Amino acid sequence: MTAPAPLEMRSGEGADVVLRGATVLDPVAGIEGTHDVVVRAGRVAELAAPGAAPADGAEVVEAESLHAFPAFFDPHVHLRVPGQEHKEDIETGSRAAAAGGYCGILAMANTEPPVSTPADVEALREAARESASVLTGFLATVTRGMAGEELTEMAALREAGALGFSDDGLPIRSARLLRRALQYQRLSGGTIALHEEDPELSGDGVMHEGPVSAALGLAGIPSVSESTTIARDAALAAYEGARIHVQHLSAAESVEAVRAAKAAGVQLSCEASPHHLCLTDEAVRSLDPRRFKMNPPLREESDREALIEGLRDGTIDCIATDHAPHATEEKEVPFEQAAMGVTGLETAFAALHTELVLPGTIDLALLVERLAGGAAPFGIERPTLAPGSEANVALCDLGAEWTVGEEGYESRSQNSWCAGRKLTGRVLMTLAGGQVAYRLRSFSLGVAA
Amino acid sequence: MKHLLTIEDLSRAEIEAILDRTESFAEVGRRDIKKVPTLRGRTVVSLFYESSTRTSSSFELAAKRLSADLVSLKAAGSSVDKGESLKDTCATLSAYDPAAIVIRHPYAGAAQLVAGWTEAAVVNAGDGKHEHPSQALLDLFTLRRRLGSLEGKRVWIVGDVLHSRVARSNLVAFRAMGAEVTVCGPPALIPRGIEQLGCAVSHSLDGLGEADVVYALRLQRERMKESFVPSLREYAARFQIDSRRLGPRQLLMHPGPVNRGVELSGEAVDSPQSLIAEQVASGLVVRMAILYELLAGGGGDRTAPAEGEPEQRPTPIGQPA
Repeated sequence: MTAPAPLEMRSGEGADVVLRGATVLDPVAGIEGTHDVVVRAGRVAELAAPGAAPADGAEVVEAESLHAFPAFFDPHVHLRVPGQEHKEDIETGSRAAAAGGYCGILAMANTEPPVSTPADVEALREAARESASVLTGFLATVTRGMAGEELTEMAALREAGALGFSDDGLPIRSARLLRRALQYQRLSGGTIALHEEDPELSGDGVMHEGPVSAALGLAGIPSVSESTTIARDAALAAYEGARIHVQHLSAAESVEAVRAAKAAGVQLSCEASPHHLCLTDEAVRSLDPRRFKMNPPLREESDREALIEGLRDGTIDCIATDHAPHATEEKEVPFEQAAMGVTGLETAFAALHTELVLPGTIDLALLVERLAGGAAPFGIERPTLAPGSEANVALCDLGAEWTVGEEGYESRSQNSWCAGRKLTGRVLMTLAGGQVAYRLRSFSLGVAA
Repeated sequence: MKHLLTIEDLSRAEIEAILDRTESFAEVGRRDIKKVPTLRGRTVVSLFYESSTRTSSSFELAAKRLSADLVSLKAAGSSVDKGESLKDTCATLSAYDPAAIVIRHPYAGAAQLVAGWTEAAVVNAGDGKHEHPSQALLDLFTLRRRLGSLEGKRVWIVGDVLHSRVARSNLVAFRAMGAEVTVCGPPALIPRGIEQLGCAVSHSLDGLGEADVVYALRLQRERMKESFVPSLREYAARFQIDSRRLGPRQLLMHPGPVNRGVELSGEAVDSPQSLIAEQVASGLVVRMAILYELLAGGGGDRTAPAEGEPEQRPTPIGQPA
């Protein structure tokens, strides 16, 4: 197996920063306490006693009332490059990630044209070295042009730097073709990430099938469209001894299918998105596609509860935003005609902190752990604050209250599911790949002594 | 009432007010001169993105009876054909400063969107499979004339509930007026979870005898291809309302157009229990009442004169133009 290629970002100076007196929480490294987080030349030099670290020419941030976490990692982002730069590009998408406290993202391959050749991957990596604010990796498609008919040159794509494979946006209909890809994975390596949906069952559905779709007269996407496909693919992965990653889990039945597969020893990881953890199909009653139309769809409260339980017990390995920017004109149309997808990078932490941590549904430590849990399934080292490691830090004010705007995002698009929501908790500063990737404009900084 | 978008938005009192207003228009309809000057000088736009006979013609005639200027647009042959978005079409039509836009659209929520983009009162004349509130109001009016109150009455809605905006609006409307509703049809044509709207669900006509009103829905022939039902014959055998199944004291309704021999037998359509012709007649007067309530009726913020402006009272109905 080829070793995973490095993630790419714009080269720049390593940060020299002291986060003075921050409340540090890195659950995986077992770090919890008040420290001066000392970053020198882009690496965590030490976690000193509060007030003890000398500035030594570094920028000093007074962080007494702030939290420092390992920055987050999102394995499911749509950067829309190439071909749909009117929605997003590497620069705007990675800036949105940095604003959300992310140090790393993986971009999906369902672009125009899809990322299916080694040259495509190389061009994207080159572009990321020019313009990415955070560590950025690229997946390639499983099937050529996402047509679902022939495999891509998976081994050559890996050599060119593809971090994994996915036809995300579409399921792989053919069990035969998926099986071939799983067999070929032995040669190429690279996790195969799967959008799990049976198009026959989804039909022309535009929202979850249930009482709300019955009331609105909208065609429904039944939960079993997702869960039956997961069961099929887990069985194939088990049979071929392959590694798969299940994307954007939405239904209780799916959590059960993943739990059963994990119990049976299948090499499978999975993700859930903030909107599925915070919202239900009740939101669709507004018929607002900009905020509430996505695939998989928002489901019922019992599904949301099952996702949260999956997050708690480890069935769900990580939180992934499925950040899916769309242009305004694709969303200013009746619900059934609108494009599927919402943006989420800039609000993920704040939304989950507000909706799940503050009411006591999950612990802060669990949220911090799962927000960076998306690296490991793709063979990427998870961000940590342990001394000696590359500086990947999210500095947050857990008490900050803010209202998400209708516009003014770092992302080029405005289809945030959080638009208009009042959130508590805000990312003030992000270090990614050893560099200062983001600071909130209104966040005044201490000056180097 | 600023717009008529869904039945769900209406209180029972608002429904009653429209039905009361309808009574007075029904009286106007019996005169030799059927036109009133209420909306003289005001413009009503009729914007139909789907083919329609009775809804578009009755709304258009209703507007003319109220002396409004009418702009009638069909999707075919207009700028919509050339790919203009709903938002842009709406902006274009707003240049005529319409008092009302009546819209029929193949997708749910279209009327609600238009309401956000225009100053005009918006009337939903059917949005996808979502709602068709003027149909529900005309059905309520038809039943009120026959039965008086719907309180405690039993209504069965029979057929393709899944694809029917009429079923959804009527279910909500019948319940709002105090009726008990049962929806009945083959399982694949009953939406999952519909019982949470407060109705009973049946997959057989065996209990139909309890119904005071039988409301049959159109079964589109395309449903066979998608295997919602195996064949028209099998559907008709189990779900057709015919003279054998329809009791002498039961009332029969249908939103039209009827597939004779499919959801209704020919004898049932022509039976004395059938209110189908009365429904069509109610359509015109109910739509006059809807336009009146939105554009000239009391309580609407549109008609309240701003401070300092001379009060403009709508011309009372009954005065010939």
